[in-house]
Amino acid sequence: MQTINFLKPNRDNIKNYSIIGSFLVLVSLIDVISNAFLKINLTSFLPGSLTTLFPLIIGLIGLNMMRIDYSGHKTLDLLNKNINTNNFNALLTLLILFSIIKALPQSLSWMILDATISGDSKDACTGTGACWTYIKVWFRRFMYGMYPNEFHWRINTAFILVIALGFVGYFMKENLKKYLALYYVIIYPVIAYLVIYYLISGGSFGLQWVETGAWGGLSLTFIVSFFCLIFCFPLGMIFALGRRSNLPAIKYISICYIEFWRGVPLITVLFMSSVMFPMFLPEDFFMDKLVRVIIAITLFEAAYCAEVIRGGLQSLPRGQYDAAKSLGMGYWKMHIFVILPQALKLVIPGIANTFLALVKDTPLIFVVGLAELAGMLALAKTNPKWLGFAMEGYIFASIVFWIICYAMSKYSYNLEAKYKTER
Amino acid sequence: MNNIIKKFIPQILAILFVVLIFGFLTLNAQTNMDNRGIDFGFGFLSQESSFDVQFSLIEYSGSDSYARAFLVGLLNTLLVSFISIIICTILGVIIGVARLSSNYLIKNSAAWYVEFFRNIPLLLQIFFWYYAALRALPMPEKANAWFGVTYMTVKGYYIPAMVWENLNVFLYCGLAAIIAIIVLRNYAIKLRDTQGKQIPVFLYSVALLIVLPLLSFLFGGVSLDFEIPELKKLSKISYIYEGGISLPPELIALVLALSLYTSTFVAECVRAGIEGVSKGQKEAAASVGLTPNQVLKLVIMPQALRIIIPPTTNQYLNLTKNSSLAAAIAYPDLVLVFAGTALMQTGKAIEIVSITMLTYLTISLTIAAIMNWYNKKIEIKEK
Repeated sequence: MQTINFLKPNRDNIKNYSIIGSFLVLVSLIDVISNAFLKINLTSFLPGSLTTLFPLIIGLIGLNMMRIDYSGHKTLDLLNKNINTNNFNALLTLLILFSIIKALPQSLSWMILDATISGDSKDACTGTGACWTYIKVWFRRFMYGMYPNEFHWRINTAFILVIALGFVGYFMKENLKKYLALYYVIIYPVIAYLVIYYLISGGSFGLQWVETGAWGGLSLTFIVSFFCLIFCFPLGMIFALGRRSNLPAIKYISICYIEFWRGVPLITVLFMSSVMFPMFLPEDFFMDKLVRVIIAITLFEAAYCAEVIRGGLQSLPRGQYDAAKSLGMGYWKMHIFVILPQALKLVIPGIANTFLALVKDTPLIFVVGLAELAGMLALAKTNPKWLGFAMEGYIFASIVFWIICYAMSKYSYNLEAKYKTER
Repeated sequence: MNNIIKKFIPQILAILFVVLIFGFLTLNAQTNMDNRGIDFGFGFLSQESSFDVQFSLIEYSGSDSYARAFLVGLLNTLLVSFISIIICTILGVIIGVARLSSNYLIKNSAAWYVEFFRNIPLLLQIFFWYYAALRALPMPEKANAWFGVTYMTVKGYYIPAMVWENLNVFLYCGLAAIIAIIVLRNYAIKLRDTQGKQIPVFLYSVALLIVLPLLSFLFGGVSLDFEIPELKKLSKISYIYEGGISLPPELIALVLALSLYTSTFVAECVRAGIEGVSKGQKEAAASVGLTPNQVLKLVIMPQALRIIIPPTTNQYLNLTKNSSLAAAIAYPDLVLVFAGTALMQTGKAIEIVSITMLTYLTISLTIAAIMNWYNKKIEIKEK
């Protein structure tokens, strides 16, 4: 039976078909590109809505003519397999291509071609594009907040020191490695706290005192997330163990703690830290707002951390517990030497995700009046000299956060892959 | 004896520790409140609130009580969560399926969509939509009509309002249609099990859903009018739309940010769910002669949903909690109305923050309890 085979190639005539097909696709792409970049409508002779649909129709016919199960040409097969499996797929392919081409010139000209970056006041921005001058002028504010300009080296030095101390584990001698956990859980947080306190806060060693109200910008984001990170981990570990304990009182206290913090939004926790917390402190006892916020976020994130660690504990086979017990190990010995080292290795990706969430949550401290990056943007936006650049500011902040978070998530993927193969 | 000590000493210590902390905090709170002359109590809830809320679902004015202000905030929170959940589910399913597409472009666009929106803090996204994107919209007098009757302006989105007559008759008809569909479905299953006959339940259901409410228009005296927003001049330069429903820009920005952000997580759940159904299931189903549609409906989806639903509910919960970020752009949700304005006016920090937290906690725990029950129900019962 002869089936109607209109516009359908077979292996014999695929050469002719693919030439005509790719020509048609090319025509459709040229039409869209000239439309978007040169503002020339090549198909203006066609009536009404047909001119907008023209590239789509031509492209679809072209792709349809190129589609064949197996042609023997490497490129053509690759193309057919990946973007041209059926008519619906071809349509989606064309739509995505066209929308990228359509969006490109506008965003390019706004972000780069028509944008201004020279000058140091609003008057420099006369073009129709973005005004990156605004970011350039405010850059130090966005990074360091209201921290005095001449002391920015203190923040930088503190960060470099803290990061360097964090890498100590890599270079530790083999016979000292058993103290690594002790170092990271207890010594490192204390040293880091002292470094940040004496360098950034100042007040001694001839450094001028800078109160926490002046801290801000991206560096505050780092400080808050760093402290919450190192404190919430041990706390989470305690509650994770507590939740798996077979002593009912400890178990239910841990469950209550975890479920409570996981059930409330962070913003109410921050409100609590700023308005309710001072009521619960002894008289004449003053606690800095930043410290209160860090405590609140730590308590909050510890609950999430605990759940992740509990997942790791649960996934260990029972045999590990039994084996440890049969060697006569007690509860603490068993956990410190057998269970936790294995469980913590398993939960590293989960912990990395919790920290990622933590970093993404830090802009929230804006609602209690701490001016980290989002807060500085809000300040800059209302500055009478720089009105009307909200778009640039938020795009800048988004890019900064996106790079940080994307790097973190990629790193956690890598960790996940690394530890998956090991087991 | 040794065992008893081992068991009880840590528990007693833990309880003592908790009691001591709570005791210490309460004692401090008591002295602090005595010193400042604040008394503890929930009597303020029935007092007149005397502040206005710019957007509310129920009738509310300054002369209403704080309890009613609380209700206004709660309803606004639930409204924004509800709309965002619907949109993020639709988007998430589309993106999740697109990530499994065989088309290179579609797969990668979906992957980049996910990477893009989930790696930017939600607060920044809300700010971006509210302060940057929506501020670029036209003024009311210059707005173009979308679909002819809706207007997207810098002051909000104006859509026609529906004016019903005899709405209850219409609703009863809809209810009757749903009951009829359930009865029909059960009957169809019975018929299939006992006699092996198939009836097109889906077609009948659609027909019922259309015909019964239509009948109410013809015979039940139901009528529907649309109140279309119209441009009105307030002063020389200020215009506004009157009539219809106006959705404030705060709501739009919040819904956009929440649904785009959460849809990335939903998409990941959907992808994991579909990938989690083994290929053998699909092949086995095809080999017993099911059509591709039946394979999807009867074999893949029931198994995939079992994997998808629990983490997705978790995302819905997160969305509801994240909706509290509304306070940052002054959308009158629970946090802004109650923990913000009401707290400023009454100064009752402990009571108000506790009520707010307990409200969110109740919502979370209720949904978690329902989910646990549901999980138990759909769990594969292995022997």
